[in-house]
This record gives sequence, C-alpha cells and structure tokens, in this order.
Amino acid sequence: MLEIKNLHARIGDAEILKGVTLTIPDGEIHAIMGPNGAGKSTLSYVLSGRDGYEVTEGEVLFNGENILEMEPEDRAAAGMLLAFQYPVELPGVGNANFLRTSLNAIRRKRGEEELDAVAFLKLARAAVKQLAMKEDFLKRNVNVGFSGGEKKRNEMLQMAILKPHLAILDETDSGLDIDALKIVAEGVNTLRDEKFSALVITHYQRLLDHIVPDVVHVLAGGKIVRSGPASLALELEASGYAGLEAA
Amino acid sequence: MSTTTEATIQELAAQKYKYGFTTDILMEEFPKGLSADIVRLISAKKSEPEWLLEWRLKAYEAWLKMEEPEWARIHHPPIDYDALYYYAAPAKAVPKSLDEVDPELLKTYEKLGIPLNERAALAGVAVDAVFDSVSVATTFRDTLAKAGVIFCSISEAVKEHPELVRKYIGSVVPAGDNYFAALNSAVFSDGSFVFIPKGVKCPMELSTYFRINARNTGQFERTLIIAEEGASVSYLEGCTAPMRDENQLHAAVVELVALDDAKIKYSTVQNWYPGDSEGKGGIYNFVTKRGACRGKNSKISWTQVETGSAITWKYPSCILQGEGSVGEFYSVAVTNHFQQADTGTKMIHIGKNTSSTIISKGISAGKSNNTYRGLVKIMPGASGARNFTQCDSLLIGDQCGAHTVPYIENRNSSAKVEHEATTSKIAEDQLFYCRSRGLSEEDAVSLIVNGFCKDVLKELPMEFAVEAQKLLAVSLEGSVG
Repeated sequence: MLEIKNLHARIGDAEILKGVTLTIPDGEIHAIMGPNGAGKSTLSYVLSGRDGYEVTEGEVLFNGENILEMEPEDRAAAGMLLAFQYPVELPGVGNANFLRTSLNAIRRKRGEEELDAVAFLKLARAAVKQLAMKEDFLKRNVNVGFSGGEKKRNEMLQMAILKPHLAILDETDSGLDIDALKIVAEGVNTLRDEKFSALVITHYQRLLDHIVPDVVHVLAGGKIVRSGPASLALELEASGYAGLEAA
Repeated sequence: MSTTTEATIQELAAQKYKYGFTTDILMEEFPKGLSADIVRLISAKKSEPEWLLEWRLKAYEAWLKMEEPEWARIHHPPIDYDALYYYAAPAKAVPKSLDEVDPELLKTYEKLGIPLNERAALAGVAVDAVFDSVSVATTFRDTLAKAGVIFCSISEAVKEHPELVRKYIGSVVPAGDNYFAALNSAVFSDGSFVFIPKGVKCPMELSTYFRINARNTGQFERTLIIAEEGASVSYLEGCTAPMRDENQLHAAVVELVALDDAKIKYSTVQNWYPGDSEGKGGIYNFVTKRGACRGKNSKISWTQVETGSAITWKYPSCILQGEGSVGEFYSVAVTNHFQQADTGTKMIHIGKNTSSTIISKGISAGKSNNTYRGLVKIMPGASGARNFTQCDSLLIGDQCGAHTVPYIENRNSSAKVEHEATTSKIAEDQLFYCRSRGLSEEDAVSLIVNGFCKDVLKELPMEFAVEAQKLLAVSLEGSVG
C-alpha cells in the first residue's frame, strides 16, 4: 500500500508539487493524467528518490514505511520500481549482467539467496519469451542502440524479472506504436494480482485502453484536482485538461 | 550526491590499498647515490662479463648528459637521484630452488595472492618473483625447460645464456634512448628473461610479479622477451609496493622481439601504491616499453590496466618492421585522488601492409589528471599501412582532468589512419538508473566503469580479467559522493 500525504516538493526555487494526497491499496492500478508541467514526472522522481528534488512537506509511506528517508536502492529493495520515460543507456554493460546484478543486489538486501548464472538465465529466458522479445536482447548492452520501443520493452523485462510490489510507469507509452503499447500493457497486466499495485503516469488515454485502471487521478498545478473511475480518462480525452487547474 | 557518511568513505579509503604492508627481512643495500663506482659495484655483485659492465658505464655516461623529460603532463618535485639506493636485495644468498627461498619471502608473496609453491600456484601460470632489486624465485622452470622455453631472471640469463642476452639487450630500447631508459641501463639489477625458440607455443602463461619493499629504493628492472620464428607467448606482469609517505622511483625497461610469424602478448596489471587520498607518497612509475616486430607477419600486443602509482609515464610501443606485422595497444588507465597518468603508445609503421590498433580508456576521478599521448608514424616504405585509434575518456566528478594528445605523422599516401576520441562523464541519470534497480552507488560506478573498459578487459588473460575488474572497483572506491 502506497500512501502519499500532502506531498510538497520543489526543484531549486520552483515548487512543483503543492500538496499531493493519494492512496493506492495493494492490488489496484491507479492512473495519473494531466497536462504538461503538472508535476507528473516530478512525482515519479520524488517517489523513487532521485537527487535534486527537495521535499518540503508531507510524507510518503510504502507498506507503512517512510520511504522519503531511504536511498533509491533501498526503495528498490523494498519493492518499488520506476519504469523510466527515457531509459538510460549503459555502454559496455550487458543486459543480462545488469539484470542479474540488480536482482541479486535486491535479493541480498532482502536477505535472500543470490541466483547463480544458470538459475538466472533460466528465469531471464522465460521472461524474454513471455514478452515476445528476441533472446539476443539479453546479450545486447543496456539500451544501447535500442529503438524507442525496445527501450520500453526492456523496462518491462526488468519489471518481469525484478517483480516489484509497486511499479511506477512514467509516461512509458510516450513515443510507442500500438504494438509496443500492447506489449507494455501486457507486461503490467501479467504482474497484476492482489499484492501488486501500479501508478501509471500518462499523458494520453490510449494506454488505459490496455491497462484498465481502478482509479484515474488528474494532476494539475501540483495537486490532484479530480479522481474517478476508468471512464474519467475517456471524459478527459473528449474535453481536455482546460479549466481543471482552476478547479 | 549521496548520504554515504564521512566515516564510510574514510573506511573505504583505508582498506583501499591492501598490498601496503612491509616485509621485515634483512637486506643488503649499497651506499646511497649514483656514481660510476655504484654501477661497477652492481655489475661486480652479479659477476657480470666485461661487455655488460662497459654497456652499463656507457649508459651512465649518456645519462649524466641528459635531462629529465618535461613534455609530459605530470608535475612532481625534483627527484634527488643521490638520495636513492640503487641496489637492495634480501641478504641471504640467491636460492637455487624454491625450497631454499626465505620463508618470510614466501609468506609475502602468499599474502599478495601469488603463492610460489608450485602445488598451490595458479594452474598454468609460471611466476618469476622480483623483490626490490633481485629475482627471488621462478616457478615451473622444469616444465618450461621441457618445451625448450627459457624463463629465468635476467641475471641468470646473463650467466647461462650470455650470447642471447648480448644479441638482444638494448636492441629495441638502446641504452641512451631516453633519460629513464639510460638510468635503467646503467643500474638495472634484475628482471625477467624469456626465450621461446622457433615454432614453440609456450605451454603456460608466464608472469612476473614485481614487489618494491625497501625504503628509499629505486626499482630498476629490465625484461627481455624473444619469440623466434613461429613462436608464441603470453606474459603478464603485476606490481605492488608498501604504503610509504615518500615517493619511490620505478624506472623499468621492457624489450620485446618477435621474429617471423611470432606472437607476443604482454599484459600488465599495474597496482603500485598510488599515494594516499591527500596525494602523499606513491610510486613514480617511469617506464620504457617497446616491442620490435622484426619478422614477417609477427604480432605484438600490449594490454595494460594501470590503476596504481602516484605518477605513471609510460608508452608501450611497437616498431612494425616486418611486412604484414601487427601492433596492438589496449589500455585502461584509472586515476583517482591526486594521481597523474601520462600514458599511451607509439606505433611506428616501417614495413609494408603493417597494421596497428590502439584502444585507450582513461578514467579520471577525484583531483587526478589522466592524459593519453600517442604517436602513429607511417614511414615512406609502409605502403598499405593501417591504423585505427580509439581514445575514450570518462570523468567522475568535476575536479579531475582528461586530456588526449594524439600525434599522427603519415609519410605514405596509401596508408589509412583513423582516430576516434570521446570524452564523457558518468551521468547522474546513469547512476540513478542503476540505483533505482537496487545497485548501491559504488556498485553502479563499478558496473559503468567496467562497461566502459570492456573492449580492453576482454583482451586480458581470463585468470586476470576478473582480478582487473575488482581492481577497477577498488581503485574508484570513494570517488563518488
């Protein structure tokens, strides 16, 4: 369960989040929509612990723990995973090596046994197959020379292997064609169960045709200005965000 | 950048150099300072033939007339050559077999992870252990002798194989080649000698482990490797030294000779004491390494991982004389804290259709400076010569420097020379990406740096590639945050 309470955050002198309050119970998928500059990406970075964002007020509890005090790697070990809007390239670092290093770092922090190369490869190959990816994906360097769609798929592969309790998807749909969009959605949907929850940040409604959310929130001017069922997304698609900031 | 506490960083810095211990052993040292008499003493101590003494004295005369080079991007207070000891060796007589080696020395090498006991040794690797000025042990000599391979200290080679030494010593790096080479030629005390006869593939990896132990002592070793027609050998050197507050000089010379179709692969993992995080102490590593591809289709390949030393000044080079000969230089140079490195290579293309590849990866952190300096020279007769150079620099933090100084001299219009260079920083988003996947900041840096160096690390012999990876991680500990 993720509880965001009256969260205020700034970058330098600019206050971006001005009191966000939001609760995502286990098993639910919530979508956040909103115009450009509403603070959507800032919210995802504050939740995952990126440097440069100062929280001035409020708290964020993940399964009862205050995560704002935690390093990004400890948040990952606690079961959070941010799928990046722009996945980062790591030249010379093999995808399989990266995934295994990540998985074992997380397992170590949780006091679980690390996976050896053989066990890992079995797991990774199964995930690659499930996501309809080519096996050479594992051999390539992390995101280097990947197309936009491949990079997003790679984020889904990480999700399938790291199996987070809470996934935050930061505009994962941006720049994707319909096939890639379906794969991203499939990646999230296969993880759906009563323990898994997700925060899906998107600019457009179309992703939500494939990942049907339990709740849709509208973030504008640094606050949640409206919340409602999945149908809210369709409504917004028709009417736009105009006028919401004043609400 | 991180909330890693001060204490943790200090802890990391303290455990950083785990080879910094000293060995307490009775040493024989010559009087401080350098003179023709000291040169004679060294030669006499080794019962050298007259010609070698003459050669040394000539080098000494040449050295007196030379001046320390100043063109490199390195800075240090003047070296007082009269304050150094030029010869220091364990006092006990040179052992004839491994059983006679002083147990203190065996313990030292064991602590360094280089067991000299053949049963415990790394399978398939023969080691020559050089302690201060002398070789203290060489393993697997019998196994090698059966294959016709000579692997021994250069002092022994002077006695046992004088004709080979006389023929090749100084033939690649002449005694008066440069200031430090001349100094080495005058006072070199030991080093390794390798001879691979015609058609023989050396059955095991050869390796020399250099250890500086004594205080105020310079180490001047000389290595000579000869591969006859069709022979091949892979050789690796490793180096460590105790942590001391004063700087110590290491001025080595390495000469390689490859005849027709011969292959020499020379790898270095240089981990001399780099000084502390304030820049105090550390080794001055002023080294001349050169290989001559004399024969047709011969090949010399240098791979170096340079993480240690306060200052590194070193340009392993290839003279590509034989038609179709190949020179390679793969380098990773890491500098942290106040370390300085000015390193690169020279590829001199003389023969037709010669080719060379240079891959250099420089990593700078802390307040260090890291320079790649390289020369690609194509002589008029080198028709069809080719060179490919790639120099990449990676910066960690904003107080370090990376510099690339390539020289290209092409005197043959049919030659092809390519040069690529990049400079990048470990981006904040790369670190965050890794950390959001559960990696600690240190592990993230290590992963990114190893990725950056992959093209070079894959050239190292398997046994050492893993060690080198770990070494990179240790060298950069405390470089972020």
